[in-house]
Amino acid sequence: MSSRFAAQLKRTAISAVAALGLIANLTYADTINGAGSTFVYPILAKWADSYKTKTGIGINYQSIGSGGGIKQIKAKTVDFGASDKPLDVKELEEAGLMQFPIVMGGVVPVVNLKGMKAGELKLSGTLLADIYLGKITHWDDAAIAKLNPGLKLPKDKINPVYRADGSGTTYIFTHYLAKQSAAFKSNIGNNTSVKWPAGFGGKGNEGVASYVQRLNGSIGYVEYAYALQNKMTYTQLQNKAGQFVKPDSVSFQASAANAAWTTTPGFDLMLTDQPGAKSWPITGATFVLVYKNQAKPESAQTMLKFFDNAYRHGDKQAEALDYVPMPTAVTTLVENEWKKNIRDSAGKSVWTDAMIQK
Amino acid sequence: MTDRIDIPDRVLNRQRLLDRLFQTATSVSAGLVLLILVGIILSLFVGGWQALQTFGFGFLTGSDWNPVSEQFGALVPIYGTLVSSLIAIVIAVPISFGIAIFLTEVAPHWLRRPIGTAIELLAAIPSIIYGMWGLFVFAPVLSEYVQPWLQEKFGDIPMIGSLFQGAPLGIGMLPAGIILGIMIIPFITAIMRDVFVTVPKFLKESAYGVGATHWEVIWNVVLPYTRVAAVGGIFLGLGRALGETMAITFIIGNTHRFSTSLFEPGNSIASTLANEFNEAVGDVHTSSLIALGLVLFMITFIVLALAKALLLTLNSRDSGGKG
Repeated sequence: MSSRFAAQLKRTAISAVAALGLIANLTYADTINGAGSTFVYPILAKWADSYKTKTGIGINYQSIGSGGGIKQIKAKTVDFGASDKPLDVKELEEAGLMQFPIVMGGVVPVVNLKGMKAGELKLSGTLLADIYLGKITHWDDAAIAKLNPGLKLPKDKINPVYRADGSGTTYIFTHYLAKQSAAFKSNIGNNTSVKWPAGFGGKGNEGVASYVQRLNGSIGYVEYAYALQNKMTYTQLQNKAGQFVKPDSVSFQASAANAAWTTTPGFDLMLTDQPGAKSWPITGATFVLVYKNQAKPESAQTMLKFFDNAYRHGDKQAEALDYVPMPTAVTTLVENEWKKNIRDSAGKSVWTDAMIQK
Repeated sequence: MTDRIDIPDRVLNRQRLLDRLFQTATSVSAGLVLLILVGIILSLFVGGWQALQTFGFGFLTGSDWNPVSEQFGALVPIYGTLVSSLIAIVIAVPISFGIAIFLTEVAPHWLRRPIGTAIELLAAIPSIIYGMWGLFVFAPVLSEYVQPWLQEKFGDIPMIGSLFQGAPLGIGMLPAGIILGIMIIPFITAIMRDVFVTVPKFLKESAYGVGATHWEVIWNVVLPYTRVAAVGGIFLGLGRALGETMAITFIIGNTHRFSTSLFEPGNSIASTLANEFNEAVGDVHTSSLIALGLVLFMITFIVLALAKALLLTLNSRDSGGKG
């Protein structure tokens, strides 16, 4: 009996595996799988939606976080990964990956001070670093007052709020602070999560936003879209040129336009503290990671067509969600890199100009 | 005289086969539980091995949690887990006891069912709702009224006073513990109520008959009769408090800094895992988080083992007394 049963089981198992394989084959052709950054998820979902109506090809994107995206693409479980933190050239080479920026956004400091309006308070990078280091502990500190003559500052204690979860936002923010303050660089450093010497941790942008709204005298950092949507009191920041700027699409665009994309190998570029009188100093891009060597060129082409479509026709959607689209100069550069780097197993270039989405 | 009924061999064989299949199926299911348990421990151990090897015993005693310099010590989350659960138990046990006594002994009959159902509904509320309620509704009340009052009354007492230092912000260890307490009240209450109603009527009526007061009946009849099961209920609640994640993450402040004050933000093991696992960069960080999971597993295991041991001693004492 047992041998007959086993034979039956084997037959069932084989047909089940075959059926699964069939399903996998069917779905492979018309979905692209990606995973990573939560920051880029809203706009990627929007782009995917309009691409699906246009071509019938769906994008399945899991917003599991940038670290997760890097792990998944390295494990080859997805077609592309998305990270708010660029990989350096060495790591890219080792994994056989290439990366390119797809969209940008800004990180903005937000405060909760009685009577303070959005865009009124002026802060500098070193000041922000000292606040998060716990060196400046009260809002009426002389250093803050010096930048804000005429502004009434409360005596309240400063409650810094940070991201408790590891996040690309924290990576961008600490990257900026580490550039601004040697003490921050050596004591805290730059990472997706760091050891904060003072303050409270909220989970996600929404966690930071609700802590800041809850705690009197608090300061936090969130993505620009969150600050707008929750009508939070954002601050001005002093940029590299010494100018005080407000966070908006103009200052984010200025920062991206002045960035050295053309001269940076592997697009390994953080957009913090860029030159230019109008540049917002805490800007960051989300990077897509794909393999240079594509065993299935058709599916790689489908994927690149999607990103091309987003570059060419996705700007309005990005702006509507308070993201900053990549400048045309950069997207042209990216597509040239696709031509040069992404190849099938025979060594033939996967991307050609004929595939550009009308 | 019994007539032998002739059952054809074919039918008998089929029955035997079915019996054997059923037996195998049930024992495999039971074995699977053990296998999964061992599998979880093993995978946690393997995953956390790198951290345990790097930091050794210091992983349990170090309070430094720094993803940049890759220094990981679990003292703060362990302390946070234990203290928040302790606060929860201190709050929840007397209240649950009171509710259960009220429902089974004091309340008029028409009131028992609606309140009992309400308690059960409370147990069904997802923990994230408690977290949101805690942050947006409860924390402001706490920071405005409760914490300043605590500070005023206890802040100057040596030793105890250090528990109530710092700004009353409504976010921190004490608020987390209170929310946890509210969350586990329905669990403990439901179990206590269910066991209190199992006390035989004649026992209670005999006590009333010899002139015992309400309270004497509860203390000398109901409680001794149900003690073992009631303690079991408390430990079930404690188990839930130790592993609670979302509600705590909302309100504990998520900070890896050690502080004796209950007003200051802290962290628990479960919320550290929820916060950091997705974006953990580097093998040591990931491994430390898995090792942290192992620690939580061990804590829960020890708590349950203690509960079992306590129940056993209570049991043997009870039966000794009766004999």
